[in-house]
Amino acid sequence: MSPLLTVVLEDYMTKKTNNSKRDFLYLTAAATGAVGAASMGWSIIDSMNPAADTLALSSTEVNISQIESGQAITVMWRGKPVFIRRRTKQEIKDAEDIDVSTLRDPQTDNARIVDGKKEWLVVVGICTHLGCVPLGQKQAEVKGEFGGWFCPCHGSHYDSSGRIRKGPAPKNLAVPEYKFINDTTIKIG
Amino acid sequence: MANKDRQPFDNTVIEWVDSRLPVFTMMQKEYGVFPTPRNFNYFWNFGALSMVFLILMILTGIFLAMNYTPHADMAFNSVERIMRDVNSGWMLRYMHMNGAHFFFAVVYIHIFRGMYYGSYKNPRELLWILGVVIFILMMATGFMGYTLPWSQMSGWGATVITSLFSAIPVVGEGLVELLWGGFSVDNPTLNRFFALHYLFPFLIVAVVALHVWALHVTGSNNPLGIEPKTKRDTLPFHPYYTMKDLFGISVVLVIYALFVFFAPNSLGHADHYIPFDPLVTPPHIVPEWYFLMFYAILRSITFDFNIYICAGLGAMAIAALPLYQNRDKALNLPPIFAFGALGGILFILGFVAQEAGGNLISLPLTSFHIITAKLGGVLAMFGAIGALLVLPWLDWHKVRSARFRPMYKFFLILFVINAVVLGIMGAKVAEQPWVIISQLATGYYFAFFFVIVPLLSRIEVAKPLPRSIYEEVVKKIAVVALICVVGFGGFSNNALAAGDAPAAPQREWSFDGMLETFDKGELQRGFQVYKEVCAACHGMKRLSYRNLTGLGYSDAQVKSIASEYEVTDGPNDEGDMFDRPARPSDNFKDPFENDNAARFANNGALPPDLSLIAKARHGGADYLHAILTGYVEAPEGFEMNPGMSYNKFFSGHQIAMAPPLMDDQISYADNTPATVEQMAHDVSTFLTWASEPSQDDRKRTGWKVVIFLTFFSILLYLVKKKIWKDVEK
Ligand code: FES
Repeated sequence: MSPLLTVVLEDYMTKKTNNSKRDFLYLTAAATGAVGAASMGWSIIDSMNPAADTLALSSTEVNISQIESGQAITVMWRGKPVFIRRRTKQEIKDAEDIDVSTLRDPQTDNARIVDGKKEWLVVVGICTHLGCVPLGQKQAEVKGEFGGWFCPCHGSHYDSSGRIRKGPAPKNLAVPEYKFINDTTIKIG
Repeated sequence: MANKDRQPFDNTVIEWVDSRLPVFTMMQKEYGVFPTPRNFNYFWNFGALSMVFLILMILTGIFLAMNYTPHADMAFNSVERIMRDVNSGWMLRYMHMNGAHFFFAVVYIHIFRGMYYGSYKNPRELLWILGVVIFILMMATGFMGYTLPWSQMSGWGATVITSLFSAIPVVGEGLVELLWGGFSVDNPTLNRFFALHYLFPFLIVAVVALHVWALHVTGSNNPLGIEPKTKRDTLPFHPYYTMKDLFGISVVLVIYALFVFFAPNSLGHADHYIPFDPLVTPPHIVPEWYFLMFYAILRSITFDFNIYICAGLGAMAIAALPLYQNRDKALNLPPIFAFGALGGILFILGFVAQEAGGNLISLPLTSFHIITAKLGGVLAMFGAIGALLVLPWLDWHKVRSARFRPMYKFFLILFVINAVVLGIMGAKVAEQPWVIISQLATGYYFAFFFVIVPLLSRIEVAKPLPRSIYEEVVKKIAVVALICVVGFGGFSNNALAAGDAPAAPQREWSFDGMLETFDKGELQRGFQVYKEVCAACHGMKRLSYRNLTGLGYSDAQVKSIASEYEVTDGPNDEGDMFDRPARPSDNFKDPFENDNAARFANNGALPPDLSLIAKARHGGADYLHAILTGYVEAPEGFEMNPGMSYNKFFSGHQIAMAPPLMDDQISYADNTPATVEQMAHDVSTFLTWASEPSQDDRKRTGWKVVIFLTFFSILLYLVKKKIWKDVEK
């Protein structure tokens, strides 16, 4: 139905600016064609959105009983890495002691964890700058200047609450939707 | 260059572009004011229509390709995922599938238009040849596309067609292995077919561009076949033909939408919904209807060419030769008849000696074959396409349009009927009398091109031509064209023989018809029957528990249904697989670990997966119901194998499935009495739903589309009417 657009254009080009040709009937036809083409176009483009089976897979259960204090694991959720970190006393203290108003993306540590589960930090492991996976999960990896994560791509530093402290990233590491099913299992998504 | 005589545009942006790249000038010249004969009938819509379907195919194809996986293990499932899970995936897929049928239909009408009105003649020979090249590319593309769903029809169609090349002497076998990338049609074949299926449409676009270019050099032919002489004979292409084309396109789109949304599988085959099994060929393998004519020609050569047949063909060729020589002199008939008759007799003698063996006549040396039947068939098929290519040189009659050539018109119409006969023969089982009919029809096909048309070029006296187009009153033939489009579906499916079992009786279903939707009660009961009876042996692995919301269950109910099953997941952190309750996102649990376990538990018979069964069996729900209720005592004297049951409606009557349903075998949650009849009805409804959960949605969308397009067609008709008002007076 896109030929209609061409027709309108050509109408212009043939310079028949005679007004009776652009009367109600032609406009209705052109508008109808445009509506049809647009809704058809949308259905086709909609096929690129996540399909029903992809959407249905959007939750994941993780056993966290094996994680020691100071350690972290990475799990896959919706094709993305999720960092689950069991923080040490010191790390929790560092995260809580900072003056929130000095942060680029101000957020208290409490707002980023589940009440009463201070030890556990769960964040999406995707740098909010341009999508690299920051370092800092493994013992041997650099954790950046603030003891959290360091993104090697363009040098963003995150603290032990996953908040952006230095570098180009605009936001804190995202906290996914998750809940504790029991003390040793969390469900993400 | 051409910019010198360019007229400036008022709009500065258009002018800026046009003075640097005169696309607007070109558009205006070629599609705006392009002088077009004023007397086109609706047959002239089919060129634009072909273009529309080409664009539609490319567009839907690109988006389908984004969701398709060209791997032998995954292709079939990825197509089913498109049908079930991808947003508007079912619509894209059905638009693409039926788009192929419509593309071929409109192109066939376009070709017929060319033959009827002599559009292939001087100076339009190259235009015609480019058209035939497009047609050949289309056939290649269509064939490779048919392979992609990796169904029984795909795999075996690909096997048969690629094996054609093995008929070529010496290099044939090697060539076929080259095409396959292996020793049979397998994953490498699928991969390359996908690559080429994506490439070829763009080659078609390129040749279409040349085709249109050539058209704009010679100008269009017209129903009278005489060249426009004065300005009064032509009209500017826009707005007259743009609007007329748009109107025609819109009407055909209505018919197309009816197919896409209400009868999407009516032109296909049930076997197309069974995954490819390289060990079992389906009993009737039939190509799509648009290949049937050529397929029939291929199959009609059942005989090896012995020396008599070859000598006969040679004599006939000698007889026909004078037709092509000294075109302006009178024909010397006696030698033509003499050689023709001699050739005919030799051919028939050789043919009978060959086909009837030594029973009727025995001739010496019949066992010496110059050309084998296999090669002969392939040559005939490619020859049939080649004949179209050389048509401009077979017909040199000065008059183009069949309107003024009654004899040519007669034989051309006979040719069309003959083509339909060939098509019907192509769908039949290769048995008498169909073989002999297709042989005769093949004979006429070639006689038309190589004898009748040249002969008529010499002897036919045309009726007087009108002096100019303007003097002739314009006649319209819209109906003819449209009837052709609607009628073409008739012979593809119905021609399939049902084998030895009677056809399943037609029943009333809640989902029949264009308005009806599935009855939720029946669906839920049907699911219960599946769950408590069928699921003991049959899996439905293309369904997920989450799909059950379509039966009217709430999310919570679906969760609890799913949790009744234990599925294996893992490996966990220790590397072990573990069992957990199923979740809504899991697929239905299969009753057996794998196919071998299923066979072992069922006396060697594999209970088929039921997710697609309603689409994978001819007759759909009617057939399923008939099988479930078709168990009777075997008639006297019928030999039963141990472990088998007798079923009226099963092909061969021996079925490995014991009668599955008994009265009151289950108790329905809604207290409906569980008779065999009721359970068969419910489960058939459920299985039909399962084969295409989007079916209700499809019909609802269909109504919107059809009503919209009808309204749009009426609008366009009025617009067209208004524009043509002054011309038609
Ligand atoms: S992507 Fe992490 S800093 Fe740029």
